[in-house]
Amino acid sequence: MTAVLELLGYYFLNVFEQTGLWFRMLWRTIRWTFRRPFEPREWLRQMVRLGWDSIPVVFLTSMFTGMVLALQTFNGFQRVHAENFVGSVVALAMLRELSPVLVGLMVTGRVGSSMAAEIGTMRVTEQIDALKALATDPVQYLFVPRVIAGIVMLPFLVVLGDALGIGGGYLVAVKLMNANSVLYEQNTYQFLELNDIWSGLIKAAVFGLILTLTGCVRGYYTRGGAEGVGRATTNAVVSASLIILFTDFFLTKLLF
Amino acid sequence: MISLQHLYKAFGPKQVLNDMSLDVERGESVVIVGGSGTGKSVTLKHIIGLLRPDKGKVIIDGTDICTLNPVELNAFRRRFGMAFQEGALFDSMSVFENIAFPLRRHTKMTEEQIRARVEECLAQVHLELSAGDKRPSELSGGMRRRVGFARAISLKPEILLFDEPTTGLDPVISDVVAELICEMDRTLNTTTVTITHDMKVAFKIADRVAMLFQGQIIEQGTPEVFQQSSNEIVQQFIEGRAEGPLTEIETVDRRKRLRE
Ligand SMILES: Nc1ncnc2c1ncn2[C@@H]1O[C@H](COP(=O)(O)OP(=O)(O)OP(=O)(O)O)[C@@H](O)[C@H]1O
Ligand SMILES: [Mg+2]
Repeated sequence: MTAVLELLGYYFLNVFEQTGLWFRMLWRTIRWTFRRPFEPREWLRQMVRLGWDSIPVVFLTSMFTGMVLALQTFNGFQRVHAENFVGSVVALAMLRELSPVLVGLMVTGRVGSSMAAEIGTMRVTEQIDALKALATDPVQYLFVPRVIAGIVMLPFLVVLGDALGIGGGYLVAVKLMNANSVLYEQNTYQFLELNDIWSGLIKAAVFGLILTLTGCVRGYYTRGGAEGVGRATTNAVVSASLIILFTDFFLTKLLF
Repeated sequence: MISLQHLYKAFGPKQVLNDMSLDVERGESVVIVGGSGTGKSVTLKHIIGLLRPDKGKVIIDGTDICTLNPVELNAFRRRFGMAFQEGALFDSMSVFENIAFPLRRHTKMTEEQIRARVEECLAQVHLELSAGDKRPSELSGGMRRRVGFARAISLKPEILLFDEPTTGLDPVISDVVAELICEMDRTLNTTTVTITHDMKVAFKIADRVAMLFQGQIIEQGTPEVFQQSSNEIVQQFIEGRAEGPLTEIETVDRRKRLRE
């Protein structure tokens, strides 16, 4: 019994410690963002890496999610003769919830992990020390461009995801389930509010911050060789995904 | 210029530095020698603030660097150049970009000036400009070390720290690097601290040689004085004998630790 409690206590202590560390690094990142010298080339490079290179993944994920969503709701709504509202459901779900969360999770797997691995390798091969020795703060040089890329690019990816998801839903409903195309289209727009779009984009920016910063922090505190890098990578994906899902709930509550 | 005062540093149970003190005058070239794993690299990392001592002071030009905040420390490090034991080149950049990195970040040099300076640095370690397009992963160990050396000197800093700059180099290039260190001392009045296992290089570049053993400097002096040292441990080290007080003390220590 005491062993279990001890383990639990240890676990919570660890969570608190990690949270504290996360926010401390967030603060350091913010402060270094506004200090010279700026590295616009590095910012651009990270944006391309995070944004442009993620397009195929986002394309497939949101397209198929929109399609499945239409398929499922159509089946269900048919039973209560509400198939006309499939368009609204797909649009709302994609904009407010599915597109930001799915894009966030996919980019975490693709980019957050590689950031942790990259920075982790730099740590274990003394490249981080070399940066410091060259009077370059690693937070400024490594964290800032990546975090900015996350905050800026995720909303763009989410807009793309929105469009593809809604488009995929339309295709399935109209072409496959023979829904009335005019009615479907109308229903897609009819109940939308500006807030639906905004809330999705705000979520996207927050998730972009979370996944990049978590990747960076995990990589930065890597210990012990190749194995440590592997651990850091896994940890980055798991914790960033959890934080995203957790934050998603509270953001939804707040932005509703 | 550099003053290490009573440094203590432990990693877990292992006491690496144990009341270690060392002073380096401006323009002086000090060589630290000592067995593998005695804490030479750790000492060097203390000088540039990559590690903080558990106890003791690191005073550089009158400033205790342990009291600086991260931003001040970062600015302070512009006066240093450091070549790491394993090179520590940025593997996401080409060799050229590695050497140009400090120039781009800390100077307002034009692209042409940077190019010229990088070429000069590469030439000083007998590398051609064509090597600049390579990635660090495509270089041999010795080449990597030389690039690391070139990167450290590219800004012509006033304090230079070299962690085994000649290990793994052939004797000729080794001598070239040693010459280069001497020359920078003469022409730029650089203060240098070098770690090396090569006694020939050590006696060539040193104004003063210091030997680190069990976390302390046990002997220091000009190359002549150091060579004549009456300390048995120093003599064993210089001659590179397997038997002697150095190995005996370590064996006794290991036994003691095992018993505990
Ligand atoms: N970051 C670290 N964490 C834990 N232990 C460390 C760390 N850095 C160094 N040590 C330990 O400190 C001791 C001294 O290491 P150091 O790298 O300074 O040796 P060295 O004198 O440079 O040896 P060599 O000549 O082989 O390079 C070693 O026993 C090493 O295990
Ligand atoms: Mg060493």
